[in-house]
Amino acid sequence: MTGNDLQPAGSLPPHVGDVVLRAREIEKYFGHNHVLRGVNLDVRQREAVMIIGRSGSGKTTFLRCLNFLEEPTVGWVEIDGVRADANPLGARDRGHRERVRRLRLNAGMVFQEFNLFPHMTALGNCTEAPMRVRGLDRRRAEELADRFLAKVGLADKRNEYPSRLSGGQKQRVAIARALCMEPRVLLFDEPTSALDPELIGEVLQVMEELAHEGATMIVVTHEMHFAREAADRVIFMEEGIVCEEGPPEQVLNAPEDERTRRFLRRFLNVE
Amino acid sequence: MTSAEIPASGSGPIVERIAAARRTARRLWRLEFALVWLALVLGIVWVLAATGNVDLEFVQTWTPFILGGVGFTLLVCVSSIIGAVVLALLGALGRLSANPLINGLASFYVSLVRGTPLLVQIYFVYYGLPQVGIILDALPAGILALSFNYGAYMTEIFRAGIQAVPRGQQEAAEALGMPSRLVFRRVILPQAFRIVIPAIGNEFIAMIKDSSLVSIIGLQEILWRAGTAGRPILKTIPAFLIAALFYWVLTIIFSFFQERLERRLARSDVR
Repeated sequence: MTGNDLQPAGSLPPHVGDVVLRAREIEKYFGHNHVLRGVNLDVRQREAVMIIGRSGSGKTTFLRCLNFLEEPTVGWVEIDGVRADANPLGARDRGHRERVRRLRLNAGMVFQEFNLFPHMTALGNCTEAPMRVRGLDRRRAEELADRFLAKVGLADKRNEYPSRLSGGQKQRVAIARALCMEPRVLLFDEPTSALDPELIGEVLQVMEELAHEGATMIVVTHEMHFAREAADRVIFMEEGIVCEEGPPEQVLNAPEDERTRRFLRRFLNVE
Repeated sequence: MTSAEIPASGSGPIVERIAAARRTARRLWRLEFALVWLALVLGIVWVLAATGNVDLEFVQTWTPFILGGVGFTLLVCVSSIIGAVVLALLGALGRLSANPLINGLASFYVSLVRGTPLLVQIYFVYYGLPQVGIILDALPAGILALSFNYGAYMTEIFRAGIQAVPRGQQEAAEALGMPSRLVFRRVILPQAFRIVIPAIGNEFIAMIKDSSLVSIIGLQEILWRAGTAGRPILKTIPAFLIAALFYWVLTIIFSFFQERLERRLARSDVR
């Protein structure tokens, strides 16, 4: 263990392992808009971290910085030993792009809008990258895909195109697609925000199972009940910084920071 | 006239009576539509006959000769549309490239070719290029000129098609660790193609007629044959009318297939 590790507030849950993902001093500007003002994060193996905060707090931007879909302005990210440094002018830097690509291999991402490939079946969505990026042969890739499609409860939909699936089913296929890369960390960007209310449950259930089985995950969410059930650690962000973090009972039930309290009060009243 | 009434009396439940009334209305609509076409065609024939331009003997003698140009017209069009698609794809990639050299070349190509008349371009390829030592037969020269010309217009179509693929598609592919080439080939391009197919069909119809311009360099397609048949015996107008009819029929046939293709695309699972 290097001296670089952050200690999460409170004691570590017993099931977590070594640090898998490290993000340091992440800052992000959109033009002159200072969206992230230096965010640090260490995530340990088998840990489920939920990031909450009002819209505009920078939580989604931070998540997208972790796999460089948003290029950070300052800072660095390391996942499973692959480190990429912020390089705001790096779009044409081959070395940088390749480092970022290798970083992404260890980070599966699930999007708010699913972003399934509409011209491929559920199975095709799940085998595309394993075959063409990881270099698995078709038989092996399909085995893997079938296993994860079954895990999200969609074994019977393997040959359907996304347009024939409901929102909840699409999102579960998207989760299976991410799992097929067997990443070290799963990143979820408000995975239920685009879903009709009656479809949210099936997606959260899959995610909760994953968390209980020890998947390492970082979830940006508005689902407080889900965070309370499935999180090992909750992070509250506001105005581009982490205001408070800790076990869900502490952050959600007995927040110390005034801003967290205000947010939760308003949020719970609305709910 | 086409408005339908639900029969007040009649057998069967209301839904069936509505369906029957709709069918009747649709049949009536089609009948009226066909009558309009028939009236207009007969009108044109009558005008031509009245002005003495329908010379049955000439038509009988020369129609087979002019018809013999259809094959050449189609050969020129099909070859040129293939060439144009390749050029348009390269052009669109160039126009979207961050590299100033490639982007500059592509935008210069589009600007030059769209800014000058096709007729001039055909002359230039056939009569101009030999002056720098590039001597082409009429057929490759005609195909080259048409390909370059249509490639420039279609560059913009392809560029718009590529840009119309939702941003999330690229992000999802990148998040899976796909290198940019693979992202383009496997995710962006197949979707962009579906978007531009109707527009390519349109360009093809335009090309069927623009291919007549290559008659000026002596390619024995429809228009060249019409001129050759009509001019010596001062029957240019009937000859060109026959040629026009062939072009029209070709576009009608092609439009029919294009419409079916578009309907299939609209219905298809993947959109």
